[in-house]
Amino acid sequence: MDKEMKMKACNINFFYGKNHALKNINLNIYANQVTAIIGPSGCGKSTFIRLLNRMNEIIPNTTLTGKIFLDRQDILNSCIDVSELRKRVGMVFQKPNPFPKSIFENISYGLQVNNIKNKKFIEDKVIEAIKKAALWHEVADRLHDSAFKLSGGQQQRLCIARCLAVEPEVILFDEPCASLDPISTRKIEELILELKNDYTIVIVTHNMQQAARVSDFTGFFLLGELIEFDKTEDIFKAPKDSRTEDYITGRFG
Amino acid sequence: MNKKLTQKIGFSFLFLCIAITIVFLLAIIYFVSVRGIKVISWEFLTQAPRNAMTEGGVAPAIVGTLYLTLFAILFALPLGISCAIYLCEYSPKSYIVNIIRISINNLAGVPSVVFGLFGLAVFVKFFKFGVSILAGSLSLSILVLPVIISSTQEALLAVPQSLREASLALGATKWQTIKKIVLPTALPGILTGTILSIGRIAGETAPILFTAAAFYMKGYPKSVFSEVMALPYHIYALMTEGTHPERQTDIAYGCSFILLILVLLVSFVAIIIRQRQRRYQHG
Repeated sequence: MDKEMKMKACNINFFYGKNHALKNINLNIYANQVTAIIGPSGCGKSTFIRLLNRMNEIIPNTTLTGKIFLDRQDILNSCIDVSELRKRVGMVFQKPNPFPKSIFENISYGLQVNNIKNKKFIEDKVIEAIKKAALWHEVADRLHDSAFKLSGGQQQRLCIARCLAVEPEVILFDEPCASLDPISTRKIEELILELKNDYTIVIVTHNMQQAARVSDFTGFFLLGELIEFDKTEDIFKAPKDSRTEDYITGRFG
Repeated sequence: MNKKLTQKIGFSFLFLCIAITIVFLLAIIYFVSVRGIKVISWEFLTQAPRNAMTEGGVAPAIVGTLYLTLFAILFALPLGISCAIYLCEYSPKSYIVNIIRISINNLAGVPSVVFGLFGLAVFVKFFKFGVSILAGSLSLSILVLPVIISSTQEALLAVPQSLREASLALGATKWQTIKKIVLPTALPGILTGTILSIGRIAGETAPILFTAAAFYMKGYPKSVFSEVMALPYHIYALMTEGTHPERQTDIAYGCSFILLILVLLVSFVAIIIRQRQRRYQHG
């Protein structure tokens, strides 16, 4: 694998109280590639990607050991500004979670909290983000309507646009299509394939076909362990571990 | 027993309860309106009492109640909302914080006359505010503080965690998240608490008994250090003192009617603000 490395997790152990949720995870995330994390519910895949932007810190009573690097910099280091990190590592959540604001305000929010005040600049960025998220022709004439007027799939693309507006380098997708219909899902998947030219993408999914369709690399999690990590085609065509094979052939999960 | 019949009995019981409640509510409004409306006139609303309270109006009492309510809300709202934000968003979920929470809820159950005595000891005597609008509204604000804190807490807890996460994930700080996302989203709920507390403040008698209320005043209060007349206390005074009980009872009903209208009016304004906010949030 001669790809450039964007993020790297080393010897990650994570606990919710005494519950050992992630066990000794080592995983590389390559630049401008889509890395899929698959596995049955409760295997720790969401927990894992929420470590990459330090989102689990807001949950009380958790413990993390190990190191996570972003461009060779340890993001768990106490001198790292976590807001700055989250600007560089954006996140799209499982359920569309637009703010109770207008479409425009939803997307400009990320710029405003990062102290950008130039109105013209914000407007340009907002429009650029909406276009990148393939939402422009659906919302162009109603940017100042409430975001709740959009359909579920549109709301999720709005959340993607919101994330793109702050210009992250890595985007984490936490089961982005779990609450969407097949057509909306396809749109999001097409979008992900397009975005990977400019961004590094990590996607958690328990839809194996989705992982096969969109990802270049796949990691299979089971009960808090990373069982296998490889190029997606190798994982799906020639899994090395029998548990991986059982899962992707649908024998359990 | 037949399960359909059980269900019918259940629903009937619930309906009966609601009916009883509504009957009481309507009865109160009916009696107060019918007896109160007789004495309402332009003079009644704009003049000071004359002839040992048997003639003239109750304008100083109306103004006094407005002042007390306004100042009490001005003190209690920022303090209460800040406390609730701290308890909900910042404080660690620990044993001590739980005790604080329980204490605040218990404070809501303290009899209001106790707040009156407390206000007398602390605001009137210790801080030397005297019997005044300031001392009275401070006593009232302590009375409603627990109501505001607990309703604000509930409103904050009702804000979906996913919105906080979305904001943090965009690089916002916790403070930005609270200010720009959590508080605006919780605003309708916070306003509901405010409406309830306005009703309580305007109607309370005991806390202002020793701290603010005057039996009779010729004119309007001159500063926050003046005594005031207030509608609830005026009703009490009319019904217990004086020389013309029949005439005074009518005026007391008139005062009750005004008090009722005042509270409804304030609530109405708050409800309109709340509805606007809600409509915007739900598209």
